[in-house]
Amino acid sequence: MSDNSSNSAYWSANVRIILISLVIWAIVSFGFGILLRPMLSGIAVGGTDLGFWFAQQGSIIVFLALIFNYAWRMNKLDREHGVDEE
Amino acid sequence: MDQFTINLLFVGASFALYIGIAIWARAGSTSEFYAAGRGVHPVTNGMATAADWMSAASFISMAGLIAFTGYDNSSFLMGWTGGYVLLALLLAPYLRKFGKFTVSEFIGDRFYSPTARIVAVICLIVASTTYVIGQMTGVGVAFGRFLEVDNTTGLLIGAAVVFAYAVLGGMKGVTYTQVAQYVVLILAYTIPAIFISLQLTGNPIPALGLFGDHAASGEPLLAKLDAVVRELGFNEYTAHHADTLNMVLFTLSLMIGTAGLPHVIMRFFTVPKVSDARWSAGWALVFIALLYLTAPAVGAMARLNISEMMWPNGGIEGGAVTVQQIEGEARYDWMATWQKTGLLDWEDKNGDGAIQYYNDANADLQAMAAEKGWEGNELTKFNRDILVLANPEIANLPSWVIGLVAAGGLAAALSTAAGLLLAISSAVSHDLIKGSINPSISEKGELLSARIAMAVAIAVATYLGLNPPGFAAQTVALAFGLAAASIFPALMMGIFSTRINNTGAVAGMLAGLVVTLVYIFLHKGWFFIPDTNSFSDADPLLGTVKSTSFGAIGAAINFIVAYVVTGMTKPLPQEIKDLVQSVRVPRGAGSAQDH
Repeated sequence: MSDNSSNSAYWSANVRIILISLVIWAIVSFGFGILLRPMLSGIAVGGTDLGFWFAQQGSIIVFLALIFNYAWRMNKLDREHGVDEE
Repeated sequence: MDQFTINLLFVGASFALYIGIAIWARAGSTSEFYAAGRGVHPVTNGMATAADWMSAASFISMAGLIAFTGYDNSSFLMGWTGGYVLLALLLAPYLRKFGKFTVSEFIGDRFYSPTARIVAVICLIVASTTYVIGQMTGVGVAFGRFLEVDNTTGLLIGAAVVFAYAVLGGMKGVTYTQVAQYVVLILAYTIPAIFISLQLTGNPIPALGLFGDHAASGEPLLAKLDAVVRELGFNEYTAHHADTLNMVLFTLSLMIGTAGLPHVIMRFFTVPKVSDARWSAGWALVFIALLYLTAPAVGAMARLNISEMMWPNGGIEGGAVTVQQIEGEARYDWMATWQKTGLLDWEDKNGDGAIQYYNDANADLQAMAAEKGWEGNELTKFNRDILVLANPEIANLPSWVIGLVAAGGLAAALSTAAGLLLAISSAVSHDLIKGSINPSISEKGELLSARIAMAVAIAVATYLGLNPPGFAAQTVALAFGLAAASIFPALMMGIFSTRINNTGAVAGMLAGLVVTLVYIFLHKGWFFIPDTNSFSDADPLLGTVKSTSFGAIGAAINFIVAYVVTGMTKPLPQEIKDLVQSVRVPRGAGSAQDH
C-alpha cells in the first residue's frame, strides 16, 4: 500500500467524483423527471413534454453515462495514484 | 397446431436449453457454482446480472402498471435503474476489494460483531421472502395462462416447478445459463414490442415509436392516447396526478433498495478485479435498459390498443364492442382465454348486448352514462399483471410470438425466484446455523437445513401469493423498501464512515427494519394476512406516504440511529479503521476468498 497522504488525496478525489455524479443523478430523475417537470413543460417532445421524456427514458440514459464515466475516471485515478491492481 | 401446444413447445425448448447449458458448463468446472462470474468478462457478467435482476416484476408486471396509470408510475423506471448508479459508485468496488462472498459476512467483519452478522441475515431473509411473494404472484399468472387453468392452480403448479428448479441448485450459479435466460427474456420482451410499434407508429424501435406519430391518425402517439383515455373519463396518460412527495419517496426507496438487495450485490463480490466491478455495473444496466426503455412503449401502446378494442368504431360516438363480437370474432379470442384464469372479466350490466368500458367514478362520464342508460363500467376486471402476457394476443401477433412471451415470462420469474431462494437458504444454513448457532454442524446437516429453509420459504411465499398484498411489482416494491431501510445504510456507513461502530450499526439496522416492517404491516395486514391492516395505501398513516414508499424514510431512520448510538458508545478499534482504509483502495485486491 502506498503512503497515507497519497491515499487520502485519492479518497477525496474519489468522493468528489461521486458527489458530482450523484448531483447529476438527482437532477435528471427527481429534478427533471418529477419536481422540475412544470418548468420543462414548454419544451415539447413527441406529443408531450421534456419532463415526461426524462421520467420514462432520459434519466435511464443519463444513469448509463454516469456509471461508465465513473468507471473510466476511477480506473484512471487508480493508476495516477498508484493504487491500481498490479 | 393450437396455441396451447405452441406455448408448451416454447416453454419446453427454453427449459431444455437452460438444463443443457447447465450440464455442459458444469462439466467444465464445478467451482463456478461458488464463484459465479470469476474469470468471466464484465460484459458476460453484466448480462447474467441483468437476468438475475429482472424478475416477474420487471417482465410481467411493470408495463401493466405503467399502462393503466401512465406518467405517475414512472417511478418504477427511474427507481429500478437509478439504483445501479448507487451500486456502482457507493458499494460494488469496495465490496469486491473486501473479497468475501456474502453481504452478512462484510457486515459481520466491518462491525466486528456476530450480532451484526445475524441481524444482517434477518434483514436479508425478510426482504428476500417478501420479494419471493411477488415472484410467486407473477409465476401464478404465467402458469395460469399458459396451462389454461385458473390462477390458484397455476400458482400451485408454479410453486412446485420453482422448488424443483431451485433444488437443482447449481443451475443458478452458472453464469452461462443466466446469459441464455437473458437472451430468451429480452427477445420475448422486445419482439412483440417491435411488431406493435410497427403496427401503431411504423417505427421498428419501440422506444422511439413511443415519442413518434400514431400512423392511423397522424397525431403524436402520446397525444392520441391522452385524447382516447380522456374521452373515457380516465386521467390523462402523460399528466402528473400522483402526490409529488410520495412519488419522490417511492422512487428513492426503489433506488436505495436496488443497491441493498443481497442477491444483486453478491454478483459484484466475485468479478476478477475491482476495476471490473465498476464496469460490470455499467454493463448490467446496459442490458437492463434494453427492457426498461421498451417497457414504457409497451405500456402506452397496449393501453391504446385495449381502449380502441373496447370502442372499435372510433370512440364513444361509434358505440361499444358487442358481446357478440367478443364471443365471435377471432381478434377477441384473448378475452375468453384470459377469462379462464379469473384475472379478466366483463359483464353486460345493463343488458344492451354491448360492453361499455369507461371510468364510472368520473362525474362527466356518470352524467353521460345516465343519459345513455349505462350501468357502470362493464369491463369489470383487468388484472394489471396480465397485460404483458396478453399483449401479443391483443395485437393479434403470430402464435409463435405468444409462445415466446410465455417462455420469457417464466424465465424471468423462475431465475429470480430460484436465486432468492438460494440466497435465503444459504443465509440460514451458512450464516445463521453454521456461522453462529452450531458451528460444528456436518456438511450433510448444513445441506439439509438449507433444503428445509428453502421449502419453508416457498410454502410461506405460495400461501401469501394466493392473497398477495398487491400486483407483482407492488409486492416486490415492498421488498425493496425493506432492503433500503436495513441493508443499504449499513453497507454504505461501513465503507464511507470511519466512526460508526458495532452497536450503532446493529441499532440502526434493527430500527430501520422494524419501523419499515411495522409501517408496511399496518397498511398491508400483519404478515400480509388480509384484513388485519389498520390503514390502507389510499389513506396512509403519515400524510400521503404509502407503504411502498416508506423504505426511504426507514433508511434515514437507520442512518440517524446509527450515528446517535455510535456517539454514545465506545469508539471504533484501530484495526477496523485500517480495514476501512484498505477497502477504499483497489490495490492488493487478490481473488475473493471463501472462509
